[in-house]
Amino acid sequence: MAAPETSTAAVPTLHTNNTVRNAFGGVLSFFILLLIGVLAFSIRLFSVIKYESVIHEFDPYFNYRVTQFLTKKGIYDFWNWFDDRTWYPLGRVIGGTVYPGLTLTAGTIWWLLNSLNIPLSVETVCVFTAPIFSAFASWATYLLTKEVKGAGAGLTAAVLLAMVPSYISRSVAGSYDNEAVAIFALIFTFYLYIKTLNTGSLFYATLNSIAYFYMVCSWGGYTFIINLIPMHVLLCIVTGRYSSRLYIAYAPLVVLGTLLAALVPVVGFNAVMTSEHFASFLVFIIIHVVAFVYYIKGILSPKMFKVAVTLVVSVGLAVCCAVIAVLIALVASSPTKGWSGRSLSLLDPTYASKYIPIIASVSEHQPPTWPSYFMDINVLAFLVPAGIIACFLPLTDASSFVVLYIATSVYFSGVMVRLMLVLAPAACITSGIALSEAFDALTGSIKFQLPGVSTDAEVDAGETSSDTTEAQNDEVKAEKPEETSKDRRSKKSKKKEREHVERPSAKAKVKTKAEKKRLLALPLEASAVSLLLLIVLGAFYVVHCVWAAAEAYSAPSIVLTSRSRDGLHVFDDFREAYSWLRHNTDVDDKVASWWDYGYQTTAMANRTVIVDNNTWNNTHIATVGTAMSSPEKAAWEIFHSLDVKYVLVVFGGLVGYPSDDINKFLWMVRIGGGVFPHIKEPDYLRDGQYRIDSQATPTMLNCLMYKLSYYRFVETDGKAYDKVRRTEIGKKYFKLTHFEEVFTTHHWMVRIYKLKAPKNRIRGKTKKSKSKTSSSSSSKTSGTKKKNPWH
Amino acid sequence: MGKLWVISIASISILLPFLCNAFSPESPTDRRLLVLLDDFAIKSSHSIYFNSLKSRGFDLEFKLADDPKIALQRYGQYLYDALILFCPSVERFGGSIDYAAIIDFVDSGHDLIIAADSNASDLIREVGNESGVEFDEDPSAMVIDHISYAVSETEGDHTLIASDDLIKSDVILGSKRIAAPILFRGIGHSLNPANNLVLKVLSASPSAYSANPKSKLSTPPTLIGSAISLVSIVQARNNARILITGTLSMFSNRFFRSGVQKAGSHTKHEKSGNEQFLTEISKWVFHERCHLKAVNVKHHKVGETDEPALYRINDELEYSVEIFEWSGTSWEPYVANDVQVQFYMMSPYVLKTMSHDKKGLYSTSFKVPDVYGVFQFKVEYQKLGYTSLSLSKQIPVRPYRHNEYERFIPAAYPYYGAAFSMMAGFFIFSFVHLYSK
Repeated sequence: MAAPETSTAAVPTLHTNNTVRNAFGGVLSFFILLLIGVLAFSIRLFSVIKYESVIHEFDPYFNYRVTQFLTKKGIYDFWNWFDDRTWYPLGRVIGGTVYPGLTLTAGTIWWLLNSLNIPLSVETVCVFTAPIFSAFASWATYLLTKEVKGAGAGLTAAVLLAMVPSYISRSVAGSYDNEAVAIFALIFTFYLYIKTLNTGSLFYATLNSIAYFYMVCSWGGYTFIINLIPMHVLLCIVTGRYSSRLYIAYAPLVVLGTLLAALVPVVGFNAVMTSEHFASFLVFIIIHVVAFVYYIKGILSPKMFKVAVTLVVSVGLAVCCAVIAVLIALVASSPTKGWSGRSLSLLDPTYASKYIPIIASVSEHQPPTWPSYFMDINVLAFLVPAGIIACFLPLTDASSFVVLYIATSVYFSGVMVRLMLVLAPAACITSGIALSEAFDALTGSIKFQLPGVSTDAEVDAGETSSDTTEAQNDEVKAEKPEETSKDRRSKKSKKKEREHVERPSAKAKVKTKAEKKRLLALPLEASAVSLLLLIVLGAFYVVHCVWAAAEAYSAPSIVLTSRSRDGLHVFDDFREAYSWLRHNTDVDDKVASWWDYGYQTTAMANRTVIVDNNTWNNTHIATVGTAMSSPEKAAWEIFHSLDVKYVLVVFGGLVGYPSDDINKFLWMVRIGGGVFPHIKEPDYLRDGQYRIDSQATPTMLNCLMYKLSYYRFVETDGKAYDKVRRTEIGKKYFKLTHFEEVFTTHHWMVRIYKLKAPKNRIRGKTKKSKSKTSSSSSSKTSGTKKKNPWH
Repeated sequence: MGKLWVISIASISILLPFLCNAFSPESPTDRRLLVLLDDFAIKSSHSIYFNSLKSRGFDLEFKLADDPKIALQRYGQYLYDALILFCPSVERFGGSIDYAAIIDFVDSGHDLIIAADSNASDLIREVGNESGVEFDEDPSAMVIDHISYAVSETEGDHTLIASDDLIKSDVILGSKRIAAPILFRGIGHSLNPANNLVLKVLSASPSAYSANPKSKLSTPPTLIGSAISLVSIVQARNNARILITGTLSMFSNRFFRSGVQKAGSHTKHEKSGNEQFLTEISKWVFHERCHLKAVNVKHHKVGETDEPALYRINDELEYSVEIFEWSGTSWEPYVANDVQVQFYMMSPYVLKTMSHDKKGLYSTSFKVPDVYGVFQFKVEYQKLGYTSLSLSKQIPVRPYRHNEYERFIPAAYPYYGAAFSMMAGFFIFSFVHLYSK
């Protein structure tokens, strides 16, 4: 598939002897893997070619900043880094709250390159970390699938993974986020688990724990591993597949893995304390009980064993009940039942929206829509069921793991868009298995029914479960359908006759295995057509993936483009605003904005922020949310108490950029109202509708966010027509009393305001209210009139 | 990091001159005064006052208020340090001066004396209003007091008031008591009670009221009693100082020289208190007194001298600051027992009164709280009459490093014992299990 030249060369060698063929197949699959790596890397470079070599989005900027710190200050300072530029005035202990895997990886790569005298900037290394690791991830997929279903399936799965859009979306060049390395770590950990399960080798078990450690370092998603593997172990035990290999695959992982995980500062004692890890320990106990039972069974006579079982079960049940009761009481006594909010929202998808607006507000924590499945895994969605079926023929320990993996990840992806990423490798593996099995069956039938091929070769091809032949089969079938279809008509009639003749003689000659194969063989036309259809399907997939990589997922989101009649427009407002801040404000000034822009502000503008994307302190975010939804004076007081100098808002109304602060504003109200009850969501809604036009509520029209977004907006077109909300705004002419506009970017996407200093003087009474106040004061003085001695 | 702190220190040292950027931080007393008059006759009729200013070293420049050539600033530089408005009836200033220019003059840290009078123009009223006081609206109203008026040859209408209801503050009025009552004839004003920047220095007696003395009182007067302020001072947030009074004659030679006898009192003072009062208060207004500066903010760990970039929780630290007061000619150490420093992060975690060495050096030492975050050393010193001191210096406090925790905790020895005995037990067990057969 990936290497047409080598595959044509491979055809003649089919007939040489087995060892040479295996060797050749090994070389071939090595080159194919190499090309898969190149493919995985290069398909992710669209963002660099179309835009430039920049870090994308929000979180990557934080990771980039941390990596810069690491390369400058070294690992110990990184570990102990107390960051005073963020979450002002609380600060953040970065070393203890960050998953260090990605940073350390990129830092190591940078250090290696530099010590080899390759002077790359840290930014370049960060930009290209994700593509490099996606190549690694596809190789890991090859290894994992090879363990499950052989090399052919492995290669197919690897090539599918190399360009699955869901994974591309998180690993294009510049998308320097934890997931970039974590997916590799995830697949590799699974591979080593399966490898241990298949071999029973303690060496692989140890490697597995180390891979698990790397995963724990890299991503919070490691809890998926530590829950999925116990589930699989339990499944194996329940289905009577317990073996010493299973024990070796599992027990060292739990012991070593937990110890290693506890070394990561951000995890620490969570590795033994939180409910996410509970399943692994429960299964750890169960597997020991089962191992013990098997051991007892081995040394006792069956009769004695029965007696022992009844005895142990009756006593054990009582003890178990007591222990479980205590456990349940313990767990139930904590309000969240010992689970973290994010994990709870996985189990109960409505949990977050009910109780934690800050989790629900993140767009990637929303449940995905159906089209997003098609967008993200495309044809794999149709191949997955076939793959699952293939996993059951025959069901091994390894293939049952794949089935379990796909089943759980489908559920999780249905809860959160973000976890589509976990589904993608599972879908690639099952689809790889499905495709490979289908090609195997179809080419097998074709080969069997082709006149030119000798039965010996056929038997060999059918017999060998070795990787190489299948790999070659994959290559061959790509060439053959065209040839066969050309001369199909002429040979068609002859073939059938020949088969009839050949069959009885072959029966005598060939082993029963070949006979079986023959019975399973499909008609030639059907197989040829199916092959063709499968190739078309694959072609669709490739086209879609390349399109997704080039168009959908390569935008860095800090630089936006839009194509209109008069050509391409580039909106570089974010960087414009951040560099303004960097060059025009004091180094210790504090900038307040909604938390989305916190990481970018610290990384690009190097200014202290109040809240950022690491949403660890809900109260602090609620304070900012409250300020944004308060009237000007109250907001000024909140910001002033936090020493804020500048307020940054993102406004898309002029150019039609939909993810601006006005569209996020209801979340600010909700999060703010969650902590400060005087902010009430209904005050901002007119009849349950969120609107900013003339029908909007006065609270809405007077809140700070509205004012900062729409200040002087009417001067742009004279009508103040908001292109995102598609309406004219409600209040067009107003003045700011406590804030002053200091910078607005070219397309008005980022607007920066400065807090005015408290007034130098306090006025006497104002002229306008003079008449009023004097009348009221005269009525007041009439009360004191009686004390006046002159009346 | 180091560079960052240098900058932050620099920014703090800039803070004080920022607050009072009119006068050089080295000698805050004003030098160049512009006096705007309604007509030059005032120059001679009020010469005692002007001469007293001149004798103190001020450079007075007299101009008519409607002189078309007057200007407060040229090429963005202010030409004067202070402005005296002895032009109550001016409707429009000449030259480039207008209402906004005067407000800007004050907002950039310059001082101002406003003397209104009966029939004061809207312009003067508006300037007063902007400074935080409100003159009586009735244009012909004057302060009348039928009890504590000044006794004079003619009975009169009791608009010449002898007032001695002064603010009790030595720092504003000087340490020498003003014995004689102060003569006043003019309009009263009231203060916005919510305004904490303005102070009533001389208030009318409880029996005073503000009305037109020539017409019969038909409606109750709006301003009565001690709510009427005769002389007020304002210290703006940038420490610009303003003196507001509703009379011009108070400054005149006639009032300075005349004797005074308060109605109902038998003591007759040879000389009114006007001269002493106005001289003392002009010293305050022109920053010859009560002007503080804080310099040399230092903090370091106990036992060290260098200022660290950040502290660790539970560090012991020392903080010191030098505070000086301007005496008119030189900086003298400021001595007070109520200067406090806060160690502040959203709320003060530590609040300590600093001890001083009588030479202006205030210092204290305390332990950093067991909370990490970005703290500030804050000195917020606001004392009646004095310029406000507001120092803040940001300093982060970090948690322990990974190797700063105790390595071996005594309470944990049972656990260490358990772990090692377990290891030993496992080793023996394995040995026995493997080799016993």
